[in-house]
Amino acid sequence: MEDMTPNPEISGHSARLEHSPHPEVAEPPGNSPRSGIPEPSGRSPRPEPAGPSGNPDHPGRFADSASSPGPGSSADSGLFEVPIRRTCPFDPPPGLAGLRAAEPVTRRVMPLDGTELWLVTSHDLVRRMLADPRWSSSVDGGLSPEQPLHMAEPEPGMFISMDAPEHARYRRMLTAHFTVQRMNRLRPRIEQIVAERLDAMERLPRPVDLVAEFALPIPSLVICELLGMPYEDRAEFQEAARTVVDMTTPPEQADAALARLGAHLAKLIAAKREEPDDALIGELIREGVLTDGELVHISILLLLAGHETTANMLGLGTLLLLHHPDQLALVREGAPGAADELLRYLSIVDLVIFRGAKEDLTLGGQEIEAGQFGLASLAAANRDPALCEDPDRLDVTRPKTAHVALGFGPHQCLGQNLARLELEIAFQALLRRFPGLRAAVPLEEVRVRENAAIHGLHSLPVTW
Amino acid sequence: MSTVEPVDVAGGTAVTVNRESCCGAGQCALAAPAVFTQSEEDGLVVLLDPNPPADLREAVRRAQSHCPTRSITVR
Ligand code: HEM
Ligand code: SF4
Repeated sequence: MEDMTPNPEISGHSARLEHSPHPEVAEPPGNSPRSGIPEPSGRSPRPEPAGPSGNPDHPGRFADSASSPGPGSSADSGLFEVPIRRTCPFDPPPGLAGLRAAEPVTRRVMPLDGTELWLVTSHDLVRRMLADPRWSSSVDGGLSPEQPLHMAEPEPGMFISMDAPEHARYRRMLTAHFTVQRMNRLRPRIEQIVAERLDAMERLPRPVDLVAEFALPIPSLVICELLGMPYEDRAEFQEAARTVVDMTTPPEQADAALARLGAHLAKLIAAKREEPDDALIGELIREGVLTDGELVHISILLLLAGHETTANMLGLGTLLLLHHPDQLALVREGAPGAADELLRYLSIVDLVIFRGAKEDLTLGGQEIEAGQFGLASLAAANRDPALCEDPDRLDVTRPKTAHVALGFGPHQCLGQNLARLELEIAFQALLRRFPGLRAAVPLEEVRVRENAAIHGLHSLPVTW
Repeated sequence: MSTVEPVDVAGGTAVTVNRESCCGAGQCALAAPAVFTQSEEDGLVVLLDPNPPADLREAVRRAQSHCPTRSITVR
């Protein structure tokens, strides 16, 4: 029906969620992460000078850079850049560890869009920043020169980019639907979805691409389940979702797919208004507070925030475990803290948590002015020796840490209990079904998503 | 008043939660399920035991430190 076409604005704003895919940020061609990205005028940012000091977990393989050269050098030569490039897919970019030790709140320029901001790298200060209401979440852009970081009013329902009290209003309505208890009710359905994907993998000729056949479909099927999407619409919905979250989709196609998604959701919402069921949309409709526009935006937010994140955890997490057979065995046996340790260690959402200062404030001894921007490195915080012992070691048996892979403060991941459940079920089932699981290509040939907003793999050919 | 007041037990652990600031992340219920849960109604923290026994003190401390909105106080 014509009138079910969603508000066209959906295509613009929601695609620029901080923690969503940014079609415009597709990897530049060539090996240099900076090729094709114009340097900001008036400044000449350059990479951090590199120095020795390796990750004890990968001896000799990856170099970590030395600390910042100190404030003096920025006056004549422009600011140093935020080190955004991971040299190992599992580790924070070299350079962050040095900054964390030397100057955990430091003025840097973002190489993707040329914005100057405060980079925060220690566990304590990242938590302080994210819990501090003087830092606003109403920011947008930051990942491409066409869309430099700026303050922006979000669409109704896009609460990830709102501050109190609007943020709290939405969050309050949704929290009850995402509790540990509530998510556990989805367990049997998630187990079934995972088992069906494993059956499908078994039928395919090997090697099988774990990303396409397992990591990507599971989270989108789970979101369909959560929202209450009818089975007959799921294939189309998934196709559109996949196009939207695929970083290599050209912007026009991504916008078109987002419009298709919106149309699907509008249809779903209209159907649930007629006949509300017990899934999320039906329940929210029964509560009777949210408009159709808000419901569409909330659904898109859940999809964008919950799809690519979980998918990348499954893909990159499997590769990490294949490199740590002892840890893999523990996960297969059901180590209870595995999901949180994998989240901490990989910190797949990194260097995209932007905030804008609403007033003058001090953080880590730095004077920050109203209107300036901040950027939290969740990965650097999660490898802070102040957080846990031996932070660069993967140990799925360690007591749960206060890691910030799911954020901190009032915006801490709404879907975290669902994410934990999905990861726990999916990793265990995969490793139990295929005890001989192994990568079909050497590590160097695995296609890593460099420079992406959310770290992960393009594909992971596996066999067993 | 949304804050549950603990009884002050000499030498024991006294816990308070602030439901105004709680964002329902559920970190507390994961860290110390005997002391905290999430309400089925609104998803926010519910204090099950304002004076937990000494052997839960560690877990309660962990819940306090993991709470993203600093809605838990422990005395
Ligand atoms: C598995 C991995 C996941 C990771 C690493 C992750 C990470 C994060 C992070 C870091 C934030 C904070 C953003 C900020 O402070 O600006 C966040 C927020 C959010 N996440 Fe997740 N997430 C995951 C899964 C999910 C899932 C499965 C869902 C839902 C189905 C979800 C829904 C959300 C929503 C709605 C927010 C916004 C919360 C708010 O603004 O109050 N996430 N997530
Ligand atoms: S951890 Fe804090 S914010 Fe989360 S439910 Fe418990 S009290 Fe609320």
